[in-house]
Formats: sequence, structure tokens, C-alpha cells
Amino acid sequence: MELLSGGEIVIRALKDAGIKYVWGYPGGAALHIYDALYRQEDVHHLLVRHEQAAVHAADGYSRSTGEVGTALVTSGPGATNAITGIATAFMDSIPMVVISGQVPLSKIGQDAFQETDMVGVSRPIVKHSFLVTRAEDIAETIAKAYYIAATGRPGPVVVDIPKDVTDPDHKVPYHYPAEIKMRSYQPTDKGHRGQIKRAVQTLLDAKRPVLYTGGGVVIDNASEHLIALARELNYPVTNTLMGLGAYPGTDRQYLGMLGMHGTYEANTAMHHADVIFAIGARFDDRVTNDLEKFCPHATIIHIDVDPTSVSKNIEAHIPIVGTCSSVLPEMLALIKQADSSPDADAIAEWWQQIDQWRADKGIYTASRYEESSGNCIKPQDVIKMLYKVTNGEAIVTSDVGQHQMFAAQYYLFDKPRTWINSGGLGTMGFGLPAAMGCKLAFPDTDVACVTGEGSIQMCIQELSTCSQHNLPVKIINLNNAALGMVRQWQDMNYSSRYSESLYEDSLPDFVKLAEAYGHVGMKITHIDELEEKMRECFAMKDRVVFMDIYVDRAEHVYPMQMPGGSMRDLWLNKTERT
Amino acid sequence: MKRIVSILLENESGALSRVVGLFAQRGYNIDTLTVAPTDDDTLSRLTLTTQGDDKMVEQIVKQLHKLIDTIKVVDLTDGPHIERELMLVKIKATENDVRRELKSCVEIFRGHIIDVTASSYTVQLAGDSEKLDAFIEAVRDMGIMEVVRSGVSGISRGDKFLRV
Repeated sequence: MELLSGGEIVIRALKDAGIKYVWGYPGGAALHIYDALYRQEDVHHLLVRHEQAAVHAADGYSRSTGEVGTALVTSGPGATNAITGIATAFMDSIPMVVISGQVPLSKIGQDAFQETDMVGVSRPIVKHSFLVTRAEDIAETIAKAYYIAATGRPGPVVVDIPKDVTDPDHKVPYHYPAEIKMRSYQPTDKGHRGQIKRAVQTLLDAKRPVLYTGGGVVIDNASEHLIALARELNYPVTNTLMGLGAYPGTDRQYLGMLGMHGTYEANTAMHHADVIFAIGARFDDRVTNDLEKFCPHATIIHIDVDPTSVSKNIEAHIPIVGTCSSVLPEMLALIKQADSSPDADAIAEWWQQIDQWRADKGIYTASRYEESSGNCIKPQDVIKMLYKVTNGEAIVTSDVGQHQMFAAQYYLFDKPRTWINSGGLGTMGFGLPAAMGCKLAFPDTDVACVTGEGSIQMCIQELSTCSQHNLPVKIINLNNAALGMVRQWQDMNYSSRYSESLYEDSLPDFVKLAEAYGHVGMKITHIDELEEKMRECFAMKDRVVFMDIYVDRAEHVYPMQMPGGSMRDLWLNKTERT
Repeated sequence: MKRIVSILLENESGALSRVVGLFAQRGYNIDTLTVAPTDDDTLSRLTLTTQGDDKMVEQIVKQLHKLIDTIKVVDLTDGPHIERELMLVKIKATENDVRRELKSCVEIFRGHIIDVTASSYTVQLAGDSEKLDAFIEAVRDMGIMEVVRSGVSGISRGDKFLRV
């Protein structure tokens, strides 16, 4: 058997786990690992400028490809800097392995230089974590970490490795396990047959059904199954923020996103539905609004791979614990064999009603905001232009705030894994590093980071990483010189007292800043130059382009659910709200 | 409502902190917690008591099960079960009549006096939590110096058993 040091084993195990790319940042406790990395060519490392970005980039890589992302950081500040990224991945169930260096075993607990109890600090935000205490255990631990991260409800796994365990002078036999079996971890795959039959009958009997589908469909690569089922039934579909792209955004049966900033037709249909079929969605508070008033007429069918998501917020009448990719095809087969079929008249009537809602108040049947004119560029129009210029085929990452909601509403995602955003944790600073991860995975696809001048400044240092590793992403900065969503809430709830949400004249010249990093900067202040400049931007295939677009500072995101209301209680525009 | 939950856990470092952390993180209460390795030393058996309605306890059980180190979780309260707790109490006992009364009280509760000094008795008592509470009430006026309770351990009645 081959003898390797702990550091070498880490890298070899990554290779054997099928890992091509690692995002990271070296430091004292991780140096043995970094030295082993230097002495091989199978695993490529991408040096970032801040550990948070390493984890977000690994996350973006994972979200866009479906593979497990990998980040490597050192102990102490390296590890704690990674925490925000790990929490982001945890909230959105993103498979990821984060390897952190740790002080030597003998120093643990001594308040040593750059010591942090990484397993302890990360405990509430990981799917699982390991502290490796012997070089002999590294390979199996890494194999377990990838297995746990990728299976069941995916999530981040931390592997903390003390420096002496990676000692180059201590060589041990290397063995990477061919298969992982754990008696304490056996995720459910197939749903309960009886429950599935009940669910099918309930679906077939429905008169006002809605398919409410979430990130689980994307994570589980079950989009095709969802489309097949929805088409077979001719039932309306709404996606959550995390589920965008799981069902084609341009499809006739698609109602748009639901929830706090969801469409009128999606939220109203949910409210009036008699059967809600939740697929890989978790009844998040940004979807349901007041739980007491949630969908009063509906029988709830709920598929989720995670039993804790079932009946956590909303009681499921027919719970099914299993993967979307296993349960949906099983249901479709049963539907095709069933003696009964959907009540065509009732469903036609339901569609008529939905089409009426769309025509009256939908954001896709008419423009529900004042159009851009002259120097007043509406942020919604920027997203529409982005959609037009990229033919709806870009991978779009976003940060968090108004721009995120506008992108979610107006970029109609037709494919899963093309909308990359921090939905659960809502992490500003996610967009640019996540875009780097996507660009690494898909060098020939346009990758646009829709952001704002607030969010982009939280990880702007990564413009330098883009240069070093040739990651020509496009940054679409909706610049309103304010924390837009904070400002919107201050308009709505605090009589427009803009407490600490305005940048006044403190913003950098983003054009010069982009140029300082060796990129292209563009400043757009007039609606008439938007299309031409944006086409120019995307024509520069091998350059990072920072489009600093000055948008209407006063714009709000609508529709918006009224706090404490039901799903259908919505403000549809500013006039209605104020 | 009081619940007794039994858990079989991998006997590994960090496993217990994950269980305890889960309760803190999700706002559940732990009233008592006992943990020790079983006859198979790769396994720990953990019993905890908590308060909550059915919905909360269902979530607690599911969340516990979701922890990677957890092998099995059972809500013992669902069926017939036995619960036992061990208590050690040190009580002031200087006067002869107090010593006599305490001794008879210990007999009534079927406990044992396991340590004696000129001024104190240390009593060992096992039983369900209500019995231990009752003993404390019975001897409270004599002057309790120290109380140590193990927390509840539980096992189901009959032939049902919790094992890997």
C-alpha cells in the first residue's frame, strides 16, 4: 500500500472523490496541505481574496453544476471567515465540503495562535462536521464528508484537520474507501407507496389545484419529472425563489414566483386552491405569510426528502418523505394508469379564473410600474434588457435586496441551475463569488451577477480573483445609492426616515475601480444607452465588465404581501401601498 | 406535556454537543439529560425529558433523528414504559429525633443511607421523578444540604427494545 503524509492524503482523497476544483486561501495550519497541493496536478486550486468568497464560489459551482463544491481554509480567522458562506449553503441545502486547518492536536484548547473551535463554531450551520485526529482517518473522513454532503437533503460538511495530522514526515498507508456505509445515516429515497397512491387520487380529484415547487426540485435534478407531471395534468405551477427555473418561466402553465414578492396570480391561486401539491418546498415564512391565514381551503400534499421539513410550519395532509426524482415519476406512472382523470370542466374553469387574474393584475401581461424615461432608468427594465440581450440563456447570480427580487421577477428562467441566489440566509456579497464558481464550471455561458452598490461592496475584492483565474463574469450593478430594500421598508414602515441606508456621495467610481482591477467599467445613466452598452458588455466574451447602472432611487418592489395577511393580501404598487 | 425521549447515538466526540446544541438552537427545553455508553461501547444511550405539545415533540424527534450521529430515536411516552432516576441527598442530622425520623422516612421511601457523619446523613434514592420530589418535600424541613439527581433514564415495558 502506498505511503503518504496526511497533507498528501487530503489532496489525494479529494482527487479520488472526483474533485477537480478547490477554492481557498492558505495559512499556517493549512500549509502542509497547500504544499501537497503544489506537488500534484489533478486538483486545481483557485486563490480567492477572502475566505467567505471561497465558500460562496464553491457554492456557486455546486449550484450551477449539481456537484459538491469544495473550499479549503486555514484555522482561526480563515475558518471564521468561511462561516457566512457555510451558513448560506446550509440554509439552501447546497452540497459542499469545507476543509479547515486547525492548530496541532497538542495545542487545541490552549488558546493557541489562530485557534478557533471550528467544529463548535460551525455546529449549528453544518449538516455534519468532523475533527480528524489521525492521518490514518483522513481519507475515510473525506469520503464520508462527500457522501453526507451529497446525499439525502444535501448540505455543507466541515472537516477540521489539525496541522500535526498533516505532518509531511509522518507517512501512513493510503486507502480511499470504494463505498461508504454508515449505520447512523441512511437517507430515505423512495416515498411510501400507500401515501403516493393517496396523493395521486387527491390530485386527480382536485378542482383548483396548484403545484408549489421549491429548491428541492432543482437540487434533486427533478425538473423534467416535474414538467412531465404538470403537463400530463395541465395544472398550474408556481416556483419559490429557490425553485426558479425548475419549471420553465415562459411556460403557459407557469404562474410566476409566489410569496412575499410573488405574482398576484400565483399568490391568489394558492389562496383559493383546494389542493396544494408542495414539491421540494418548505413553507418558508417568505412564502406563506401569516400561517393562520394560509390557504384556508387547501388539502396539502407534501413531498420532501427531509422529514423535518414536513409539517414543520404547515401541517401536511398527505406527507411523502422521499426524493422528488423518485416520487414524481412514480406518481406520473400511477396517474397514467388511473381509472379516473382530472375533472376537465373544473380545471378549465380554474384556468379561466387564473387567466383573469393574470390579465387584471399580473406583472407579465402588462407593465405595472412607470416605464423608464430619460435619466430615470427603472431597475425592472434593466432586468428585462438583460433577459433580452442574453436571450434568457445566461446564468444569473444575485446578491440580496431589491435587485434580487427584480431579477427573480423579470428574468424568466427556463432551466434549473441558471438562477443562483442566497434565498434562505439572504447573504449580501454572495453574487460575485458565486458567479465566479458558475463561470469556472461554464466558461462558454454568459454569467451575469445582478447586484446593487450595497451588496457588491461586500465581496468586491473578488474582482481581483476574476483577473487571476480568468473568470470573465458580467456585473450588472443596479445603483440607487441606497440599501434599496432597507430604504423601501423605511418608506413603508418608518415614514421615510432613512436610518443608515443612504451612501450619499461616498460611493466609489465603479468604472475606475473596475479598471483598477484590469477590467472594463461602464457607467449608464440614460435609458437610451442601456441596450447598446449591454450588448457591448456581453460581446466582450473574455473580459469582466462592470456595468454601473444608475436606476430610479425611489422604486419599490411590488407585488408585496401585507404583513400579517394571507397569501393573496398584496400591495400591487406604490400608490396602492401609500 | 412531559416527554421522555430515548436516543441511541454513536459514541463519538461531539455527538452529545450536537444533541444539546439542537435543543438550544431550536428553542426546545431540556428538563433532564442522562447519557452513558451501552454494553456496546461504540454506542451511547441518551435519555432526555422535555416539555412540549405533540407537534413540537414530533419536530424534536425528527430533528434528533436527522443528526448524523443518531442511530435511533424513540418517544417512550407513546407507550408503556419505566422511568427511573437516582438521587443522592445530604441532609443535616444532628439531633437524635431528626436522625430517627429521617431513617424511618428513608425506609418508607425504600432508600438507603449510604454515608453517615455526626451531623449529616447522605441518602440514596431511586424511583420515578415524582417519588424523588415527594421525598424532598418530606425531608425539606430537616435541612437539606445538597441534592444530586441523575436525570431520568427510561426503558419501554415488555419485550420491545431499542438496539442497533
